[in-house]
Amino acid sequence: MNNKGMDKSKRQFLTSALTVVGAVGSGYLAIPFLAQMQPSVKAMAAGAPVEVDISKIETGQLIRVAWRGKPVWILNRTPEVLATLRTLDSELRDPLSNESDQPPSSKNPGRSIKPEIFVAVGLCTHLGCSPTFRPEIAPNDLGEQWKGGFFCPCHGSWFDLAGRVYRGVPAPSNLEIPPYRYITDTRIIVGESSEEKKA
Amino acid sequence: MKPTRLNACGDWVLDRFPVSKFWNEHMAHYYAPKNFNFWYFFGSLALLVLVNQIITGILLTMNYKPDAKLAFDSIEYIMRDVPWGWLVRYMHSTGASAFFIVIYLHMFRGIMYGSFKHPRELIWIFGMLLFVALMAEAFMGYLLPWGQMSYWGAQVIISLFSAIPVIGDDLSLWIRGDYVIADATLNRFFAFHVIAVPLVLVMLVFMHIVALHEVGSNNPDGIEIKESKDPWGHPVDGIPFHPYYTVKDIVGVAVFLLFFATVIFYMPEMGGYFLEHANFIPADPMKTPEHIAPVWYFTPFYSVLRAIPDKFAGVIAMGGSIVVLFLLPWLDRCPVKSIRYRGGIFKKALFLFVVSFIALGYLGTQPVTPVATILARLFTTIYFGFFLLMPIYTRWEKTKPVPKSLTKDHSLEEQLHAIEEQLPALIEEITELKPVATEIGHPAFKSSFFNRRPNPVGIKNVATRLAKKLIESLD
Repeated sequence: MNNKGMDKSKRQFLTSALTVVGAVGSGYLAIPFLAQMQPSVKAMAAGAPVEVDISKIETGQLIRVAWRGKPVWILNRTPEVLATLRTLDSELRDPLSNESDQPPSSKNPGRSIKPEIFVAVGLCTHLGCSPTFRPEIAPNDLGEQWKGGFFCPCHGSWFDLAGRVYRGVPAPSNLEIPPYRYITDTRIIVGESSEEKKA
Repeated sequence: MKPTRLNACGDWVLDRFPVSKFWNEHMAHYYAPKNFNFWYFFGSLALLVLVNQIITGILLTMNYKPDAKLAFDSIEYIMRDVPWGWLVRYMHSTGASAFFIVIYLHMFRGIMYGSFKHPRELIWIFGMLLFVALMAEAFMGYLLPWGQMSYWGAQVIISLFSAIPVIGDDLSLWIRGDYVIADATLNRFFAFHVIAVPLVLVMLVFMHIVALHEVGSNNPDGIEIKESKDPWGHPVDGIPFHPYYTVKDIVGVAVFLLFFATVIFYMPEMGGYFLEHANFIPADPMKTPEHIAPVWYFTPFYSVLRAIPDKFAGVIAMGGSIVVLFLLPWLDRCPVKSIRYRGGIFKKALFLFVVSFIALGYLGTQPVTPVATILARLFTTIYFGFFLLMPIYTRWEKTKPVPKSLTKDHSLEEQLHAIEEQLPALIEEITELKPVATEIGHPAFKSSFFNRRPNPVGIKNVATRLAKKLIESLD
């Protein structure tokens, strides 16, 4: 037995060393625990492209398809709608889509490859509700200002029929345009961009 | 009495496990203020509802399937085919709403009587943590039926995290475990709802009560009962929790159960407020319901979110509306605890706060219209004004003197005696002596006949004095 009394500095050193080693060990253990909540390999693999026949979409009609579990809209826009879209710039937050999410082929005022066929992910960029398709002009519930577009019922965001967000609503950016390309004139594939194909 | 075998058994346990010590510390010898009113029911009622949620929750897990393909149908199976399944499920769903009603009243009590003030700040903090954990628990539980409102409600709330700069998108992906709300999300929310958060809740309840019993309960007069003790060391204004308040709380429980059972048996959906209509449609990731709103207990905070026309600022405001509640003990600078002795400005501010909280709650259930948005902005301003201006308006509050003790020094005899002493003066004031006209006797002596008659001026003076006193006591 040691009769020299307690060596406080040695005890302090051992306590600190154990604390540090314990903290590092817990930190390493936390990585697998936290990482196992990431999307699984199966979930990541599920995002396969979807092929859609657009020949049966009438002018003014909107269809919904599922891609990666998200609703994707395909809208056949009328010439009147395309004319209206050109007049809205001053009311929009990002009319040229500089701060929005779309493939380069859709980075134009109409936000589409072909002007009449509009493809977008149907989820509001605010908090992810699916906006409603409201093509009519100045309906009672939306008021005189409404020129046809998408209205998010959750928090009242307004988008035009090119998915561009209006000023003064909660949504921060235009609707997301998924990568898509035309296989033929009447068939598109959602989930593959035309740029990728060329490369 | 001769010790029986049973006593011996009991003693054997007590020598090894301090049941009676615990009982005495927290029940039989825990002194609570004697002036608790009905507002003090809600703490014990919250505990009752927690027990209800745990028991019915365990029963529900026996038939529920946490799988995106099976969840909705398994709820319908519980409702239709499991014996008494409907009762257990309605007890659980009504219990969730009851939990928030009880907790909101419990929190209002705390604000009204200053229960969050020194030395009870930590009780308030634990309570607020409980409130946040309860909101998480309720939110994750609401996804489990996998109806339309479950799905889109969860979509909105998880998207809130994506508003955080830099890490937001990865964080919301990590929470969902998939690119959209999916089976992975449902399965993990089940795990959180059934085991993780309930453990946190129970632990926090324990800490809340330990902290409470360390400093002692506040009361409607906001006085510290530990400051005046009798010769035996017990607070003069205190009574043992058991049996006084255990018995009183049973009355509260009976009344609560009356309402609770009425809802369960006659209006379990509560007109779409407790169980929303859209949630009777299975989740459809392709289509958001025309009108989505969270369950009523989240709507005040949801209104704050909607009132701000910017995504990140809206999320910050919504978070802020809960964070300011945590700061309450340091925002309120008034040394007086109870509203009974506080100034008019605090009473008015509290009234405005309650009105704006209820109005925000109502607006949150309604669709977005321009008028509703303006109103929501107005009430959001009042909500934050109540808290953020508090350091200013509570500093110059005109408070009334707080009594040292609830027990009056004067005995009843002394008080009666004091009244007796004042009586002749009072009679003198409200009456006057008037000469009585009489035909008997000599005219010279007529004026010596007097009688007491009511004196209108004196009565008016006394009435004015009483009215003034009454107004003062109300103000």
